[in-house]
Amino acid sequence: MMTMGTAEPRGQALAINNLSLEFPTFSGAVKALDDVSISVGKAEIVGIVGESGCGKSVTTMAATGLLPKGRYRITGGTVRLFGHSTLSMDDNQLQDLRGKVVSTIFQEPMNALNPTIRIGKQLTDVIMRHEEIDLAEARRVARDILADMLIGEPERVMNLYPFELSGGMRQRVLIAMAFSCNPGLIIADEPTTALDVTVQAVILRLIQNRAHRTGTSVIFISHNVAVVSQLCDRLYVMYAGRIVEHGATRTVLETPQHPYTQALLRCLPERVAPKQELEAIPGAVPNLLHPPAGCYFQPRCKEAVEQCRTRSPQLVGASGQQVACWRRGVATELVEQGGRQ
Amino acid sequence: MTEGVGTIARPVLEVSDLHVRFPASRNWLGRPTSYVHAVNGVTLEVGAGKSLGIVGESGCGKSTLAQAIIGLAPFEQGRLAIDGEDFQKAQGKQKRALRQKMQIVFQDPQSSLDRRLPVWRLISEPLHIRGGHSRAELHEKAEELAIAVGLRPEHLDRLPHEFSGGQRQRIAIARAISTDPELLVLDEPTSALDVSVQAQIINLLLKLQRERGLTYLLISHDVALVRHFCDDVAVMYLGQIVESGPADEVLRNPRHPYTQTLLAAAPSFESPLPDIAQVRAGELPNNRHLPDGCFYKQRCDRIGGGCEAGQVLRRLSESARHVRCHLAQT
Repeated sequence: MMTMGTAEPRGQALAINNLSLEFPTFSGAVKALDDVSISVGKAEIVGIVGESGCGKSVTTMAATGLLPKGRYRITGGTVRLFGHSTLSMDDNQLQDLRGKVVSTIFQEPMNALNPTIRIGKQLTDVIMRHEEIDLAEARRVARDILADMLIGEPERVMNLYPFELSGGMRQRVLIAMAFSCNPGLIIADEPTTALDVTVQAVILRLIQNRAHRTGTSVIFISHNVAVVSQLCDRLYVMYAGRIVEHGATRTVLETPQHPYTQALLRCLPERVAPKQELEAIPGAVPNLLHPPAGCYFQPRCKEAVEQCRTRSPQLVGASGQQVACWRRGVATELVEQGGRQ
Repeated sequence: MTEGVGTIARPVLEVSDLHVRFPASRNWLGRPTSYVHAVNGVTLEVGAGKSLGIVGESGCGKSTLAQAIIGLAPFEQGRLAIDGEDFQKAQGKQKRALRQKMQIVFQDPQSSLDRRLPVWRLISEPLHIRGGHSRAELHEKAEELAIAVGLRPEHLDRLPHEFSGGQRQRIAIARAISTDPELLVLDEPTSALDVSVQAQIINLLLKLQRERGLTYLLISHDVALVRHFCDDVAVMYLGQIVESGPADEVLRNPRHPYTQTLLAAAPSFESPLPDIAQVRAGELPNNRHLPDGCFYKQRCDRIGGGCEAGQVLRRLSESARHVRCHLAQT
């Protein structure tokens, strides 16, 4: 509820509704996303956590049209990005949105920058693509934003090639690029995974400060729950292409409801006495070529009952915390219904 | 011992004043003209059945240290002893015997396992190299080891690509323990894995340590993991140990300014994001030309008189802690 207060009325940066997506392969369709709904309010920092292969990156890449054309199939759902329906847009229309309305920061900055072009030109190219300004003005904007990212001597850095910078510097250049046209939404896809903790802390701060100052919304994708707990207002937990729990970060992390979220938090070494056995989650993530019937977490869940094996649960609960689990959701729903009668 | 990490148990690994440098450029005769100084005088000791964690940022020399210990990187200066026997002085058969007392588990099981060998061959490869076993014996031994690390006998004839990352790391661990080593060097063994799989591997390593009395040297950048897994910890900066001691003590109450920065920056559930000024992020100094005096002084916020002099790792009074900073010696 707290987070709804900070957003403007009807102020939605991104609304993904019931998005389902599959990748056709020779052995059948891989159901990468199933009924995923994510909303991001204006000026809100929202986290998506989950283990590798759970669909966190696919969700945002599908929403911004970054998945390779013809290699995937949307089987349902809608995406509204500041009122634009991105799923039905062609490449040119998407190109106008990228950078100006939404921009993405990827994990590996070396792959995201062109190795043969100087930093300054890469930045001014992006700025001049979207703003009606001349080169001198664009260079000034670029310099200011690099300085904003705590890069000393921005003039010198603009004349360097990407390989001349360290990993942390490159990632800061990429964040500067992402913020350069003041987009309404930044998607940060594991932006600090390849970096040292000291550099990571600085980069998270820079993203947070800049987002708060300019009212930019941020989607922060990470597998590191501790990082998400420090940065995000709201949090979605994904498992095998479905959202299993969602709510205010503090609430979800302090009182996790879904068995998967609970297990995920219990297997972190931070929360256990030294040398004690960690509570590992038995089994492995399901193969999405042949997903199990019912709840996808059910084969690894200690609390699974008959109903879990036959029907998949929906996200239910108050907007403060929603959970997709028969053992939790139904109980709260029954309590609510009981309350109403 | 005046320097380094000491534990009471019989030391399995003793390293003193280890220096590793790599040629960075050569003249026309092929002689090195400048060096990259990766490890600059490391002294440490790991007791039998204990775990020592080495933490530090990338480029601080922690992996080079692991490789020098295991014999993958040559070192020119320093002494390395396994089980009390000097590794440098050993020759021939004795050296091979010493080598088999230590094994390494790498970060990425995808690239550290030969993708054309079936699992049983991978696991028994070190025994095959040692020689003296028939094919049937090797297969039998591989099955035993596979079960010990939580693989099933039917996995033995499969190839590495048929396994998930966590299972591949189990294969790498089975291979590492096949020669019954005393020391296992773990170079970021779980950083390529998801947290739920990391928990399985950490549990397995702790179980093997209890059952077989293994000694571990864990290289990691994950402070929470080291706190959980290790008895002692050594923090490295620019090829030197800047602080060492019991893991719980060092990580709860760090004394060296660098350890303090590192811990403030580590993501945590308890504390909010640190301020940028608090983190003092910076680049590691160029290790082609080592700085004069304290290696950390360019990034340190407490710099003052005395920092121009080279710092030595000194023991703090009334504790097992060593700190390389004159300001902490009180």
